[in-house]
Amino acid sequence: MFRLLLARDLALARGRAGAAALPVVFFLLVAVTFPFALGPDARVLAKVGAGVVWVAALLAALLPIPTLFEADRADGTLDQYAARAIPAEIVAAARWMAHWIAFAVPLLVAAPLAALLFGLSAPAIARLELALLLGTPGLASLAVVAAALTTGAREGGMLAGLLVFPLGVPLLIFGAGAAGGSGAGAFKLLGAATLILVAMGPFAAGAGIRAARG
Amino acid sequence: MAAKPTEGEGPGALGTQYRLGSDPHIYVTKHMHRFANPARFLRIAGVATPLTLWPGLAITALGLAWGLFYAPPDYLQGDSARIMDVHVPAAILAELGYAGLAVAAAVGLVWKHPLAEVAARALAPVGAVFAAVCLITGSLWGQPTWGTWWVWDARLTSMLVLFFLYLGVIALSNAFDEPGRGAKSAAILAIVGAINLPIIKYSVDWWNTLHQGASITLTGSTIAPALLWPLGISALGFSLLFAATVLMRMRAEIAQTRVRARARRMAEAFA
Repeated sequence: MFRLLLARDLALARGRAGAAALPVVFFLLVAVTFPFALGPDARVLAKVGAGVVWVAALLAALLPIPTLFEADRADGTLDQYAARAIPAEIVAAARWMAHWIAFAVPLLVAAPLAALLFGLSAPAIARLELALLLGTPGLASLAVVAAALTTGAREGGMLAGLLVFPLGVPLLIFGAGAAGGSGAGAFKLLGAATLILVAMGPFAAGAGIRAARG
Repeated sequence: MAAKPTEGEGPGALGTQYRLGSDPHIYVTKHMHRFANPARFLRIAGVATPLTLWPGLAITALGLAWGLFYAPPDYLQGDSARIMDVHVPAAILAELGYAGLAVAAAVGLVWKHPLAEVAARALAPVGAVFAAVCLITGSLWGQPTWGTWWVWDARLTSMLVLFFLYLGVIALSNAFDEPGRGAKSAAILAIVGAINLPIIKYSVDWWNTLHQGASITLTGSTIAPALLWPLGISALGFSLLFAATVLMRMRAEIAQTRVRARARRMAEAFA
């Protein structure tokens, strides 16, 4: 059932490839904006580069949140799942995996490009990629939870930012720390933070889906 | 009538029956269920509100007057340390308030007690105000003491994140048109936040030690008894005021639910 749901979500994401590319374009835009504000000093940019890329990833993760469950709630798909006794947790887990593939994989491809704009060295780019690889599953899980909790809300999109920001603080700290060269400990802590978010996400999002169905 | 206020909220909110006899948790939660009866709660709260409100006001006034005017100034920080009599109780209550919010949210989700949802809704803004008071007074204290309004100190940052978490819970509980939904979503968020709070706290500590140098930490020196007494008294006063405010908000919320239900009955009767 998980695989069926995942295939459906991925097929839907493929159908909206243009919309799926938007967060990545936004991610690059945010990264490009920073040098304009900070000035072109290469030393400054190299110093803040890893952190800026992480902030850009966090902001880009907010964009798709309003679309994650809204269509399925509005057209009754969530009710159909419930009528077939498919656990909401499975629906949420499949959505999380599909969202990670649709959102994080393009982001991982675009991240070295953003890193080059900041003049990061090759080892620094490798660290950044590894940190993003470890951190984005947690980020995607947070996005799915926020989407489930805010679907059907007035101003759901703005609300999602308020929910994701405090919970995303550990990912941002450990992720930017790991990418910035704080050693193996940062990677382990980043992995731990992601594991907790991923383990908790489907249950919180599942409860949110049930609440959304009323 | 009050024992079964079925109107006013969506399914699962105030309309839920407790089914005491069939509840497997009956031995564990007997007392919780007993106090979850809205009528009994209102009776107790009606007595408890004046008992917390007036002594709370008096004790807070005493503690603050003592701390702000009569206690000797701190030998190092001078008069600015007096703001601690407001700052420390606000910080403690903001954190305890979140713990209470998470417990109320969990009880509301698991046992579907309508009173727990009311309590969570009543708690969140009060806790947010205390967190804001803590941040503002800390900033006012930091300006003369540290020479800056804000320092990215671990504790300050954690309190700021806690404040945003409160704001998220409040915003989510008000974001829906259907009445029961906001309470449920906010409860889930409150629990997720409670699980994450230790991780956030740890991550901020880790981050702060990583960037050490600029931050000036609070000295671990013991506080003189002459300054500790007013602090303890105002902490007690603040706690009583916190309880009184939450109780009053809960009573107001229940009263509002009843007014709405009554208006709906009237409308149906005359339709």
